[in-house]
Amino acid sequence: MKPSSALLLAFLTTGLIAHAASAPSYAEQIKTIRAVGPQGKGNAEATAAWKKLSSANGASLTTILAAMDGANDLALNWLRSAVDTVAGREEAAGRKLPVADLKKFLADTSHHPRARRLAYELIAKADPAGATSLLPTLREDPSTEIRREAIQQLVDQATALTRAGNTNGAVPVFQSALRLARDVDQVDLIAKELKTAGQTVDLPAVFGWLTDWKAIGPFDNTGRAGFATVFPPEQSIDLNAELDGKAGKTRWVALKSKDDYGIVDLNKPFGDLKEVTGYATTTFFSDKAKKVELRLGSQNGWKIWLNGKELFGRDEYHRNMEIDQYRVAADLKAGRNVILVKVCQNEQKEEWTKNWNFQLRVTDAIGTPIAQAKP
Amino acid sequence: MKLPTYALFLAVSLQLTAADWPQFRGASANALGGDAGLPARLDAKNITWAIDLPGRGLSSPIIVGDRLFVTCSSGPKQERLHVICLNALSGAKLWERQFWATGRTISHEKTCVAAPTPASDGKLVFAVFSSNDLVCLDLDGNLQWLRGLMSDYPNAGNSLGMSSSLIVADGALVVMSENDSDSFTAGIDVRTGVNRWKLERPKMANWTSPALLNDAAGKTQVLLQSGKGLAAIDPASGRTVWNFAGGASTIPSSTVADGIVFVPSGGITALEPSADGSAPKQLWKSGQLSPATASPVVLNKRIYTINNAGVLTCGDAVTGNRLWQLRMKGSFSATPVASGNFLYCVNEKGVLQVVDTTAPEGAITSELDFGKTVLGTPSIAHKSLYVRADGKIWKVGANEALLR
Repeated sequence: MKPSSALLLAFLTTGLIAHAASAPSYAEQIKTIRAVGPQGKGNAEATAAWKKLSSANGASLTTILAAMDGANDLALNWLRSAVDTVAGREEAAGRKLPVADLKKFLADTSHHPRARRLAYELIAKADPAGATSLLPTLREDPSTEIRREAIQQLVDQATALTRAGNTNGAVPVFQSALRLARDVDQVDLIAKELKTAGQTVDLPAVFGWLTDWKAIGPFDNTGRAGFATVFPPEQSIDLNAELDGKAGKTRWVALKSKDDYGIVDLNKPFGDLKEVTGYATTTFFSDKAKKVELRLGSQNGWKIWLNGKELFGRDEYHRNMEIDQYRVAADLKAGRNVILVKVCQNEQKEEWTKNWNFQLRVTDAIGTPIAQAKP
Repeated sequence: MKLPTYALFLAVSLQLTAADWPQFRGASANALGGDAGLPARLDAKNITWAIDLPGRGLSSPIIVGDRLFVTCSSGPKQERLHVICLNALSGAKLWERQFWATGRTISHEKTCVAAPTPASDGKLVFAVFSSNDLVCLDLDGNLQWLRGLMSDYPNAGNSLGMSSSLIVADGALVVMSENDSDSFTAGIDVRTGVNRWKLERPKMANWTSPALLNDAAGKTQVLLQSGKGLAAIDPASGRTVWNFAGGASTIPSSTVADGIVFVPSGGITALEPSADGSAPKQLWKSGQLSPATASPVVLNKRIYTINNAGVLTCGDAVTGNRLWQLRMKGSFSATPVASGNFLYCVNEKGVLQVVDTTAPEGAITSELDFGKTVLGTPSIAHKSLYVRADGKIWKVGANEALLR
């Protein structure tokens, strides 16, 4: 071998080694961080792993982002702070972020939505115009944060058309935005614009509220004890049964919500009562077994069951209520599913404590209403 | 080789000093800045710097050495949590870490997820949010541990928002997560983030923050206030040392001066803790000193409270007798802080009013309008006040440049 060839080989070898050293897999650190769990489990081990991982260079950003795939919420935060640290150091040193790699990562929707959002934010930091130009392709994105920006771009376009007096041009843009929006405030804003433009908006359908219920009550909740008391509907649901309630015999009655926000009002069939418990049940038909979210809002004490299995409950009264206040993970089975909601009213007498109600919808992870199959 | 200024800054090893403001209401959790050298008059010329923040927040900034730490929340549902470190001298951002809320972020519109004030033991910074997300970072922003307390305890939450601030004592980070449902306070190991102890607490919403008491032997007790009263806790073990069962407010917090505990209970109730763990002795109770949202402040043996009408009341801290009242502008969420003989009170409209407490009926010496809603309690360090609002933080105080 000629000296020059030897030198070249040595250079290439050293270069390869240097390259390999500059882009390690960090597999061990990532595994350690992904093992964190409840009650502080794994924190001590993760601290050292994080230190090593966050010392990575910019070329490793997509490796750390990819580590978020399938990670639990706690590990996501460990990993995102490592990304922040690496990106911050690169930025402070005046080094360019790997925008091409980040764009490739963003384009792959199999990655965790939050990892992709973080990738988008890094792209936007390095190339703001480039990030904005991507938004039209991201209107149906599985990341609600990315989707929100993409929808906002549509809303801005429609608003500009409206301001220019081109209502006919604005309406279809707003309608597209309404179909794609998932954030409640955006849906409300778009619906308001469409109504102003003379369009009809079926808000219950947009949100996917469950509106047809059967209700029974009142049962006792004196001293708030009814929250924990097992009344007959929790044992079995017989819509033809006559049950012993707080004020005598009671039967299931039909209760339909016509509210834009799906409020199911138990005061309507049973009166403005205090220290009572009521139940509402409905059926939900699914084409196949699937994981969904039962998204509930209520300012009463409540519990929820799916197909006889209690999923969650909360004994807080009259503090606050909002759409999707509680997101309860659930497994639908194929065919008929039975949902039961228990709603408790407490002893408070103030006018603002009269509410005895809830709202419920079945959605996917980003809030898209799940359509019911035919029975 | 010339090192960048920030590198030199980061190389300095920091510990808590008397001049630090490491938690809500300062090192002793009593809102007293000592003779911190704050000017008696403050106006716009005293604003040293004003920095934009990336989100909302009611939490106070905390100060360790020349570093300031502040929390924010952002996004349509306040689900993005921020911990930011500034160079307190220049306002320059040193680092920022963001997290996704793992717990519910619902709150009353007046408050937000970044309501509780973080705390530091001089080496580590602890931040908690209304979503019950708890993070620990070192002073350079290196993540040490984190917890999702609402994942661990799914019914620990308040749909109006939670605001109890953190306190560190005897190596335990005391976290009050008290609410209508799964109500608890935990002592969390500052090194590992694991529970040392967890106390079941009264099932009722509670927005108060812990106070600190040094007993006769010099041992620190943490005072936990709730609608039921006040419990003194040994922070190392979580053991209840003594208890006051006379009921208390769930918004303004207790304060301690000269070994006496001033509890927002029936107005204000002054308690002298016992040395043997028995119930404390009630020294006095005054309905005329009733505080609204802001916590009481005891300065130079006088107690000061602000009521719902924005009236500052001065009482004798020894007898509970009302001495004078001063009508201030506006209503107040922020607790006044004190330096020298002056109280620094920021109302909800963002107007800072400086009160000379030595004037016969109290006197407002100056006003400074920040022009934004201010709900968070200011902090004192570096002869300055640090005041934060949604999206903004100011440093205001002795302007050395003007003195030269």
